Amino acid sequence: MADLSLPTVFGLLIAVSVWAYALTAGADFGGGVWDLLASGPRKTEHRRAIAHAIGPIWEANHVWLILCIVLLFVAFPTAYAALLTALHIPVVAMLVGITLRGAAFVFRAYGPADGTWPGWGAVFASASAVTPVLLGVILGAASSGAIHLDTTGQVHTDFVSEWWAPFPWAVGAMVLALFAWLAAVYLTVALREPALRDDFARRAMLANLAFGGCAALAAWTAREGAPHLFAVLTASAMAWTMQVVTAAAALGALWALHKRRYALARVLAAAQVSLVVAAWAVAQNGQILVGQLTLLQAAAPDGVLVPVLVTLGLGSLALGPAFWWLFRVFGESR
Amino acid sequence: MTPLNSGSLPCLRGVHGLPPWFKVLSERRFVNAVVGYSLAVDRTYCQAHSTGAGRLVDGAAPVSAMSDLLAARTLMALSLGFHIVFAVIGMAMPVLMVLAERRWQRDRDPLDRMLADRWAKGTAILFAIGAVSGTALSFELGLLWPTFMRHAGPIVGMPFSLEGFAFFLESIFLGLYLYGRQRVGERAHLLCGAMVALCGMASGALVIAANAWMNTPQGFDVRIAGVVHAIHSPTDWPIGARLAAAEVLAIRPWEAMFNPAFLSQALHMVLASLATVGLAVAGVHAAMLLRDPENAFHRRAVGLALPMALIFSALVPLSGDLAAKHIARHQPVKLAAAEAHFHTESGAALLVGGIPDAKAGQTVGALALPKLLSILAFADPDATVRGLLDFPRDQWPPLIVTHLAFDLMVGCGLAMVSVSALAWWLARKGRLWRSRGALRLLAMAAPLGFVAIEAGWVVTEVGRQPWIVRGMMRTAEAVTPMPHLGVPLAAFAVLYSVLAVVCALLLRAHVLASPTAAQLAAAQTEPGHG
Repeated sequence: MADLSLPTVFGLLIAVSVWAYALTAGADFGGGVWDLLASGPRKTEHRRAIAHAIGPIWEANHVWLILCIVLLFVAFPTAYAALLTALHIPVVAMLVGITLRGAAFVFRAYGPADGTWPGWGAVFASASAVTPVLLGVILGAASSGAIHLDTTGQVHTDFVSEWWAPFPWAVGAMVLALFAWLAAVYLTVALREPALRDDFARRAMLANLAFGGCAALAAWTAREGAPHLFAVLTASAMAWTMQVVTAAAALGALWALHKRRYALARVLAAAQVSLVVAAWAVAQNGQILVGQLTLLQAAAPDGVLVPVLVTLGLGSLALGPAFWWLFRVFGESR
Repeated sequence: MTPLNSGSLPCLRGVHGLPPWFKVLSERRFVNAVVGYSLAVDRTYCQAHSTGAGRLVDGAAPVSAMSDLLAARTLMALSLGFHIVFAVIGMAMPVLMVLAERRWQRDRDPLDRMLADRWAKGTAILFAIGAVSGTALSFELGLLWPTFMRHAGPIVGMPFSLEGFAFFLESIFLGLYLYGRQRVGERAHLLCGAMVALCGMASGALVIAANAWMNTPQGFDVRIAGVVHAIHSPTDWPIGARLAAAEVLAIRPWEAMFNPAFLSQALHMVLASLATVGLAVAGVHAAMLLRDPENAFHRRAVGLALPMALIFSALVPLSGDLAAKHIARHQPVKLAAAEAHFHTESGAALLVGGIPDAKAGQTVGALALPKLLSILAFADPDATVRGLLDFPRDQWPPLIVTHLAFDLMVGCGLAMVSVSALAWWLARKGRLWRSRGALRLLAMAAPLGFVAIEAGWVVTEVGRQPWIVRGMMRTAEAVTPMPHLGVPLAAFAVLYSVLAVVCALLLRAHVLASPTAAQLAAAQTEPGHG
């Protein structure tokens, strides 16, 4: 971090909201994935446990995405316009996914108690599985360096090639596995019944192995698909250290699950996800559109950034205690 | 430059890589069928701007560009129109829910508890749909209007940032309210409900601040052709200059947020939401009373919702008057279009109904109420009100839609006051429950508020056309270069239709269904556990 200029602070805030979204809403999506994959003798209990865990918090968790998108257009409007123009198709698909996921969740929760609406459960589960992939595709394409601007700052796009490439989809698969991993680990902590905890511990381990595979695939496709990213993540000793620490957290979490030390596994899993997001943020290398626009070049005037930053600070003072209360009330008392 | 002529067209060939179904769906014929309604009502707009569009794409296929622009506008209108229903309920329903909860805590009457619970269920279902459709909107601004967001995003950033926090708090407290009854104390529970209501209204008002900015943009400095202009009020803008070609140098976010249109628009919307939901709730429970006349549950519901409907529908015309006086001064073209007022004159008459004929420059078949427009606009029966003919033709909004939507809004608003006053008076006399006619009237009035709100948004949004930022950026300049916008339009149209139907079914099953005698008895014997 060479200098902490105002645009850099906003870049960091966007990374922080992505991070918070991954840790909270990501796990809510992951819950839906396990609903989709529910099998075995306890599958009804699995689904009930997932719905119970998501119910009170998913809407609040979801707001991190809105905060992220608002920060993007307030601080880096050119990048926002370019991304949403070039990635129009996957973004529309993701919005349909988000809408269906949320709507189907309440439809299922408040549908007839006799279970005559099983369809909405399936819609909730499949939308939960598809949406993270699209989120990953969008994030991967945005960071790949494939989005080009002309000299006037207008995006130069064919609307397809930016995201219809191996790297964004590898990132999509990676995000899906990551969310499923988080959800399963959280559920081992939230649940009390040993059999259910074991079920989710086993699923968690599989998800984390899948994540490892997807991460390797993403790294491999990044050599051509996201050369800037690949260069940063393989260039310095610090980057390598970061990756080794991430891998250590992942392995540590697997070990903790194996030893049934679920609380420890949750901490390590959260650390792993945090490090993945941090690596992505570092690999952006001070750019909001990789290879095109730096944070400094894209930034809105200070006249809006300073007041918005102060507002965010004051808002957090109200938000912090409210979130603390929410998670304390619904945290682990099940 | 405008999105369509800056090198993006030559690279459209990549679109041919799309799957075949995508191309079929996006055939112009299909698009036109989907937006056919919009095409019909927007003929004025198309005629006025087809030359502009031709210039925009340098003669290349103006018709398909116009279809995409129409598809974008229709999708935006659809998304806003859909979201507004849920946003309005999200603002006002928690108020009713908290009123019922407070009565329960005071009187310990299980009926109130049952009402609070059922209304909370309704709020939960509708809030979720509002949350996801609102998310879609925050992306759609950029998906459909990237040039607008590129220039204006930071200027309207403050209200959107604040809205983020309001929405965060609203979701958190709603989660606590809905799922936390057994986990937090009674007073804390009531406080959570009150916070939901408060944050909902704040969030609505903040989004409106951004919309108000599009009507009366100010609060920034720009450089246009080498000259710096400080825009402290919308009138500081050099006429004819284009925001899309200007460089925004400095931003004064508070000046932008507290723009001239903000107060009247936000006040009008919040009051209208409370009136709308009050009357809708009273109306649907009245409909249930028609089937089940003795049901104490529905009577209590009507008793709680009706005063809210009356108080706020009586206040809405006052805020509407404030809004009218605002647009008379700051957005005279919109006022002239809404009133189908062509000729500048003093002591202008208010035209009710009628069809404004843009070519002939007059409105036919309207009922003219002498001097009322001057009073409405300037509180002076002899004030001069500027007419449409004072303004260049290419700056007129679609006249018929704007004028009829205005009349529809006012008509619904007046009907709302009358019906709720009548019903309230009958209820006070104890005659409402026995009067099937009055109950039927109340039931029929249930959707009036929503009709009025949708019509009001048509007035303010269509009435702002052809501008997206009034006087500074045309809607056609702001639209995305993405082709085939009929596809997302069709997708969201289907999606929102399904959601609307399912919501209606769920509300009928959960909130409205008369409690059975057994349920009522259970509630009586077991207070505190619903």
